[in-house]
Amino acid sequence: MASVFGAAVKRREDARLITGRGRYTDDVQLPGMLYASILRSPHAHARIKRIDVSAARAASGVVAVFTGQDLAGKMGLIPTAWLPPDSGIRTTAHPALAVDKVRYVGDGVAMVVAEDRYAARDAIDLIRVEYEVLPAVVDQEQALEDGAPLVHDDAPGNLAFHWKAGNATDEVFTQAEVVVRQRFRQQRLIPNPMEPRSAVADYNASTGELTMWLTSQNPHIHRLLLSGILGIPEHKLRVVAVDVGGGFGAKIACYPDEALVGFASLQLGRPVKWTEDRRENFMATTHGRDMVLDVELAGTRDGTLTAIRVRNVANMGAYLSTAAPGVPTILFGLIVPGPYRIPYAGVDVRGVFTNTTPTDAYRGAGRPEATYLLERMVDLFAREIGMDPVEVRRQNLIRADEFPYNTAMGLQYDSGDYEQALDKALAMLGYEEFREQQEKLRQQGRYLGVGVTTYVEICGLGPSQVAGAVGFQGGLWESATVRVHPSGKVTAFTGTSPHGQGEETTFAQIVSAKLGVPVEDVEVVHGDTNRIAMGWGTYGSRTTPVGGSALAVAADRVIEKAKKIAAHMLEVAEEDVSFADGVFSVQGAPSRQVTFQEVALQAYLAWNLPAGVEPALEGSAFYDPTNFVYPFGTHICVVEVLPDTGEVKILRYVAVDDPGPVINPMIAEGQVHGGIVQGIGQALWEGALYDEQGQLVSGTFMDYAMPKARFFPTFETAFTETPSPHTPLGVKGIGETGTIAATPTVVNAVLDALAPFGVRDIDMPLTPERVWRAIRNGRDGA
Amino acid sequence: MIPSAFAYERAESVEQALALLQASGGEAKWLAGGHSLLPLMKLRLSTPPKLIDISRIPELRGVARVGDRLVIGALTTHRELAAHPLIREQLPALADAARQVGDLQVRNRGTLGGNLAHADTASDLPAVAVSLGAELLVVTPDGDVVLPAEEFFLGPLVTAMPENGLLKAVSFPVPPGHTRGVYEKFPHPASGYAVAGVAVTAGVNADGVVDYIRVGVTGAADAAYRAKAVEDALAGRAPTQEALREAAARAADDGVIAGDAFASEEYRRHLCTVLAERALRRALA
Amino acid sequence: MVKHSKVTVTLTVNGVQRTAEVEPRTLLVHFLRDELGLTGTHIGCDTSQCGACTVLLNGDAVKSCTVLAVQADGAEVTTVEGLGTLEALHPVQAGFWEKHGLQCGFCTPGVMMAAVALLKQNPNPTEEEIREGLEGVLCRCTGYQNIVRAVQYAAQQLASEGEPGEQVAATGGGA
Repeated sequence: MASVFGAAVKRREDARLITGRGRYTDDVQLPGMLYASILRSPHAHARIKRIDVSAARAASGVVAVFTGQDLAGKMGLIPTAWLPPDSGIRTTAHPALAVDKVRYVGDGVAMVVAEDRYAARDAIDLIRVEYEVLPAVVDQEQALEDGAPLVHDDAPGNLAFHWKAGNATDEVFTQAEVVVRQRFRQQRLIPNPMEPRSAVADYNASTGELTMWLTSQNPHIHRLLLSGILGIPEHKLRVVAVDVGGGFGAKIACYPDEALVGFASLQLGRPVKWTEDRRENFMATTHGRDMVLDVELAGTRDGTLTAIRVRNVANMGAYLSTAAPGVPTILFGLIVPGPYRIPYAGVDVRGVFTNTTPTDAYRGAGRPEATYLLERMVDLFAREIGMDPVEVRRQNLIRADEFPYNTAMGLQYDSGDYEQALDKALAMLGYEEFREQQEKLRQQGRYLGVGVTTYVEICGLGPSQVAGAVGFQGGLWESATVRVHPSGKVTAFTGTSPHGQGEETTFAQIVSAKLGVPVEDVEVVHGDTNRIAMGWGTYGSRTTPVGGSALAVAADRVIEKAKKIAAHMLEVAEEDVSFADGVFSVQGAPSRQVTFQEVALQAYLAWNLPAGVEPALEGSAFYDPTNFVYPFGTHICVVEVLPDTGEVKILRYVAVDDPGPVINPMIAEGQVHGGIVQGIGQALWEGALYDEQGQLVSGTFMDYAMPKARFFPTFETAFTETPSPHTPLGVKGIGETGTIAATPTVVNAVLDALAPFGVRDIDMPLTPERVWRAIRNGRDGA
Repeated sequence: MIPSAFAYERAESVEQALALLQASGGEAKWLAGGHSLLPLMKLRLSTPPKLIDISRIPELRGVARVGDRLVIGALTTHRELAAHPLIREQLPALADAARQVGDLQVRNRGTLGGNLAHADTASDLPAVAVSLGAELLVVTPDGDVVLPAEEFFLGPLVTAMPENGLLKAVSFPVPPGHTRGVYEKFPHPASGYAVAGVAVTAGVNADGVVDYIRVGVTGAADAAYRAKAVEDALAGRAPTQEALREAAARAADDGVIAGDAFASEEYRRHLCTVLAERALRRALA
Repeated sequence: MVKHSKVTVTLTVNGVQRTAEVEPRTLLVHFLRDELGLTGTHIGCDTSQCGACTVLLNGDAVKSCTVLAVQADGAEVTTVEGLGTLEALHPVQAGFWEKHGLQCGFCTPGVMMAAVALLKQNPNPTEEEIREGLEGVLCRCTGYQNIVRAVQYAAQQLASEGEPGEQVAATGGGA
């Protein structure tokens, strides 16, 4: 059989995207379409005393203006879908437009609908709002203090939830030979997919159908939630999200804005389009990270790690976004022990309301934060006991013969050879040679450093029972249908919703290899709730391990049926038929054969089918994984720090990732590149900044430093391929590894470079000034 | 991001442009490349009722040697500044700075006149203009006005430009042939603007001492300034490493240095000295 | 409030002359997308940083979100739709496809137009020059490495084909 793996097939989605024929949401043009614009709060915390929309309503081209009062009783509240158990979680009311209070800069206050974009925008300026400005709280630790301003009256102390897990006790730490302690700040990041959020809603009153084009990573989840919010049954609501310009977690959530667009179309009976501008994206699209982490790592003098525990105070922003509570709890906490044999681990997580934009998943979602603290702590521990940080890692990595491995946090890691990835990366870099070179250059006043990260991540979300047990209000299985047409051409339907990851191609590769048909004969359909019955979308590196597995199972079901028909056509028993490379042949008489295409035709003509076999050739699967999958790897970075300005230059970056067997190495490598750049972005440049009043200071691309091409050298990437024993194809996931591994790798490299100055920690992002100050303070201290 | 509505007129000549401005009661703004003005208008931080498009006025174009000066039309783009043979040869600091403005697309569109008249504190070209003692040639209905660059930049987005004037060209004295001109910049990682930028044009005479030195600093202060302290420290001295370092250490002395979220006042002062030293080394190596 | 007067704008877009009455404030990118239906050019920011809206204006790369349609009156504009067809891809398009230079594809048209301009100014750029030349575009997906490879691929193709500058004009007409 042709292999599912290893072919660098060019992406088929590119044909439309490189010729300008993609159809992103804002590209949708409908006859009679109106345009919406949203007035957003300029205050982080204020009581709305009065809203006067009369001038806006009267303005030329304006069709309607809605305020929070207008929605009451007509539109549901914005829900939170992930409720970690035993956490006392408080989901407070989140209306689509603020009614009594605004709670962050960017909170929606009114929506204008007009004949064109320009008129809608102009009318926004005509709305008069009288605010009573209230004291705001921005920092999550300050929000927990007595007397802090209350974001929600029904969330005392601004505590949204408090979740604990693990087996670490005080005793483990008091008895440990070595304990290192450190506080880390995971700064707030802005996901910034290049395509801003957008929605087009088209309500047809005569059929009662509402069609919504959305910038969505998960159209079926959006259909489910919007159906509830808008009061329109699911079979009358179609959500389309085929071409989506990146998401990185920020297009998972169910936002007020998109719901409002649907509401406006329902109210007005005309198509309505809304597209945020970048400034709105900064204010009103979910942010990521923002945690304060106090960590203790215990071990022995000879380098054995024995326990880790973390206190996490997570900034949830003004409302609990759709998946947000799961990020600093489940996705963060369960992976804290990482790839190491650490028998005791514990996490204590408090989610806190503040007057800031809500946070939610951002590429990696919880796992980058956990990996960051762990890898930073391992380096600090190595420094403390005077051991090479690579040796500490090697000594504690779970060994290949220990899988499946049960962790202190209750996970069962499926498979791995962590040391192999480490060795490969070290060899690619030439670690020993680098250490020698580093020492020589230090004598010359040049400061180079190396950072090494060994990581494991949890992805492939996930087993439905586990999803339920951890409070996700839905199973995380996935659907697939493989529909073979009479000609033998194939349409494959997936409930995942790729938006740049290339599964139109890799999923075609899976089906093509399975069925033995040319890859061009397979079309992959995603992102349309009218074409796919149900699905859970694309996030958490689940698309290939869960959605790809579903397709593989569906394809097997096609083969199973086709084999019955082929046996009938060949006039032999089913068990005498073998199938390879698209041909059914009789065992022992291989010249007697029928092709897959001939079987497909026969399945539809159906005048000569075996008894009990229905016409047509189609297979469906609703695949529910039995466990998560656990990609792993080693990343190494070499930096040079320029002591006169504090600038960090990345000299080399080596990544060895193990995502299981690789279907399309070109696409997998692309995922790694993108992830690395986002991870380094957090380490060196990116950071959302609020002032004391809750104004977002870094609110444009002029202030918020997105990684640019000239910041990077050519990355050196490679894979090891350890199959997962429990997915049908053995595949794991690759979408988030770079973001998870790169941040600590770079920060540890910088701190290694600065070791001569005794620098222990620098807050991210490691801006030139922060590095320069650390050097200067180190010099002064020395 | 949509600008508020405005009326639009296109001027075909300087005379017509001035008449249109007068007719607007002084409310109109000039539109050349638009790369300084339009971003502000899209944020609605600027809402002029009328724009007068001067981008097609032939008199605002051209680069010419006039006596001992190079006169450069206000509409000259950054890309042209960076590539023009006369500018590269005679005002290398200007070409070097223009090469580092923004990005390829912005350099295709942004103009010398627009850049200077906008007076962004972090703009690159003002450093060169003040360092070399450039003069801004402004036409007004009342006659031509010549404004020295050093007196032109008054503060963030504030200049000495007469309200009824149109910047026609910028006249740079051509430095002596034995000098070298450079621009050293620390770009903001997001905006690409100068966190600090230092323009140096300098030369050494036959006796091995610095006989020509002009230094301008941008990005660090509320307006671009001429770093006289650096010049004074180096003029008449041999450009030893020590002399360069000592002179560079005074790069922040002549400006009102400011801090922001990315770089504090103290760090910016420091950057000025680092960049000044780099620039002096390149110019006097 | 200013009366929303209109002006007549005539452009040659991808080789086809187009005339429309627009408000003076109409941004070129909105003119292309909303008036002409050329939705291949995208809008990714408000401050001229991301470059998703990059088009060629009289052969030079510009950010069409920072140009008024009326400023481009009389000019020739090339958008991604005019770059090449699927049957006859421009070498830059071919490079992006061959080298996996795009993922979500949203920034891609702008990045490709910037790359076309970059190669016109510098037909044989080093990796460093390519990375510097891409200062005016942001991509959140690819990490840029395969974009660099794509531009290198295009440079080689263009070198073997002859003059890079003529390619774009010759393949206009996709409006």
